[in-house]
Amino acid sequence: MDFTFSEDQLLFQESVRDFLLNEVTPERIRASWETGSGRDPALWSQLAGLGLTGITVPEEYGGLGMTAVDFVLLAQECGYVALPEPLVHTALVAVPMLRDIGGDLAARWLPKIVAGEAIVAVGLAQNRLVEDAHVADLLLLQQGDSLLAATPDQVVLKYNQSIDPSRKLFTAKAASGLASVADGAHAATLVSSALNRGALGCAAQALGLAQRMIDLSVQYTSERRQFGKPIGSFQAVKHHMANVAVRLEYARAPTHRAAYAIANGQDIAAHAVSHAKLVACEAASLAAKNSHQVHGAMGYTWEVDLHIFMKKAWALANTWGDAGFHKSRVAARIFAQGAALGAGATFA
Amino acid sequence: MDLHFTESQIAFREEVRGWLAANVPAEPLQTFDTAEGFQQHREWEATLNKGRWGMVTWPEALGGRGSDLIEWLIFEEEYYKARAPLRVNQNGIFLLGPTLMEYGTDEQKARILPKMANGEEVWAQGWSEPNAGSDMAAIRSTARLEGDRYIINGQKTWSTRAVWADWCFGMFRTDPDSERHRGLTFILVPLNSPGVTVRPIPQLDGLPGFAEIFFDNVEVAVENRLGDEGAGWSVAMATAGFERGLMLRSPARFQETARRLVELYTENRESADEDPAVKDAVLRAYLDAESYCLTTYQTACRLNKGGKIGAESSTNKIFWSELDQAMHATAMSILGARAELLPHAPAAQGVGNWLDGWLFSQSGPIYAGTNEVQRNIIAERMLGMPR
Repeated sequence: MDFTFSEDQLLFQESVRDFLLNEVTPERIRASWETGSGRDPALWSQLAGLGLTGITVPEEYGGLGMTAVDFVLLAQECGYVALPEPLVHTALVAVPMLRDIGGDLAARWLPKIVAGEAIVAVGLAQNRLVEDAHVADLLLLQQGDSLLAATPDQVVLKYNQSIDPSRKLFTAKAASGLASVADGAHAATLVSSALNRGALGCAAQALGLAQRMIDLSVQYTSERRQFGKPIGSFQAVKHHMANVAVRLEYARAPTHRAAYAIANGQDIAAHAVSHAKLVACEAASLAAKNSHQVHGAMGYTWEVDLHIFMKKAWALANTWGDAGFHKSRVAARIFAQGAALGAGATFA
Repeated sequence: MDLHFTESQIAFREEVRGWLAANVPAEPLQTFDTAEGFQQHREWEATLNKGRWGMVTWPEALGGRGSDLIEWLIFEEEYYKARAPLRVNQNGIFLLGPTLMEYGTDEQKARILPKMANGEEVWAQGWSEPNAGSDMAAIRSTARLEGDRYIINGQKTWSTRAVWADWCFGMFRTDPDSERHRGLTFILVPLNSPGVTVRPIPQLDGLPGFAEIFFDNVEVAVENRLGDEGAGWSVAMATAGFERGLMLRSPARFQETARRLVELYTENRESADEDPAVKDAVLRAYLDAESYCLTTYQTACRLNKGGKIGAESSTNKIFWSELDQAMHATAMSILGARAELLPHAPAAQGVGNWLDGWLFSQSGPIYAGTNEVQRNIIAERMLGMPR
């Protein structure tokens, strides 16, 4: 039993955190909102240069061959800076799906992903909208019991504007007559695996977002003065933030366990992911609510950076399976007859 | 990261399970808040100690097994699954014991720990006073050094297990000119000393689970001082840290409550589902108990590798106490009109011991430092908010 990350994993997290904090500033995110695509090709090249776009690509395709356990800490850091680029989607959803499809498709696209020369978007029935479809060079789309691979000229995209200016969402309609890349049970496995990985990505980013909102709020309430002292010295304000810290503290380990379960193909993976997504998104939603409250009217403005993180937290809570979806999966497990529950059952 | 138990951890679990199956009394003991129940629990501690299961984390020389935190968690899982008796000497074995190992002299360890381990000496706490509750540094009870004895005067309160306990440990003001947390000393007091009066205080269930202790010129030998004179605050903080931390509230207890809550819900599903909030509350309770377990294992593994635990341990106290309250509140809702009935009432079929747990859960957010105090600690020391 060793529920810790290795020195290498922690060092990698640290170096990626330093990079992201330097490069993905609120100013740069705001600048990206003013561009046509909302995406920053220079930043994507930088991420590829660090090996991050190919982090989960198997070594035979030129990637780093790392797992969800290696990546989960990095996904937290992506959340901490509210990275608009689709790195979490690439590493956790698109790459594993291509790898599992294998064959020519994997051989053709995975090296390009490693090089930062291609972005692949995955659209599942569970998510009505496809993230970042407009910058995708390949779209893997669930259609009924099949999975299609479409190039941009083979789909009709319609932009759906989100309240979070960093999120770019599209309906994607594939041209008729496209050959499927997977069908039936094979497609279903690919889809459920992608959904679990996408939900894990949401959970990990939610942890980072919650931490960022705590940090912004601590800073703001330490500077803002009323009644002759910093408002952060009032217990009513302190307790708002302490409540967030408690929920966040107990959402990390479930998220790390979910990453482990996925990386090791454990039967419990779907349940572990639902658990993680529920508690991590709950922590981030509470962080958004309480951070907004302690920011007062400033938190209701466009100018203050809080909304960059708050809006992303709101969105993640309801995509890649909303709370109802994930609670149903948990309920199916714990209310089943003969379910192994209670003390000693967690790691069994 | 490797979330599998090692072969030796699996073997340890098997050994614990086997011993408990052979030794846990078939009939539940009476509550230790009665004289007879107290004696039964004292004997159970002796039985545990004889099997070297009293405190597995203690060194072998003291009757333990030198277990690390993971084995401790495994032991607790099996202990709660086996529905073994509550630990009457938890103030001693979980709180004072570890503090003694850190601050005690060899003479004190040899004199006190073995009798603590076999239940021969049961310990009560002496922290709170009528005017020193959350504000513990307001302690006014005094200890005056005269030759080789301290003369103790004053009053302690909310002293759990004090009614039938043999000793109490607590903090007393040794420097009359001192203020706040300076000038306090940690002293161990035999409760059969002349001048000690213990007045039982009935709790919500009517039983004397705690007591007031009055000290009237009580003489205590100086070798019962733990740590240096005037250093009581830092010794006490170590004890409070243990109390909030891993030892006292390991996850197994809450996971078993969550499991029983799931059972209660499924057994009463037809009526329980009439309130749609109940199913959600059961589900959240189950997940929170799991989160508590996973987080505890992660912390334990980090500590095993030499990591330290800091102000984030204050989140622990809030998390488990509010979870415990929420689980029991949900059970009360499921039981409906039966919830208020004592187990022996004729119409009380299937109520189990939920009412008892519900009462006890009300104390969680208060004892060991109120949750409001914990929230201040989190905000100031963990998050760095201004004082």
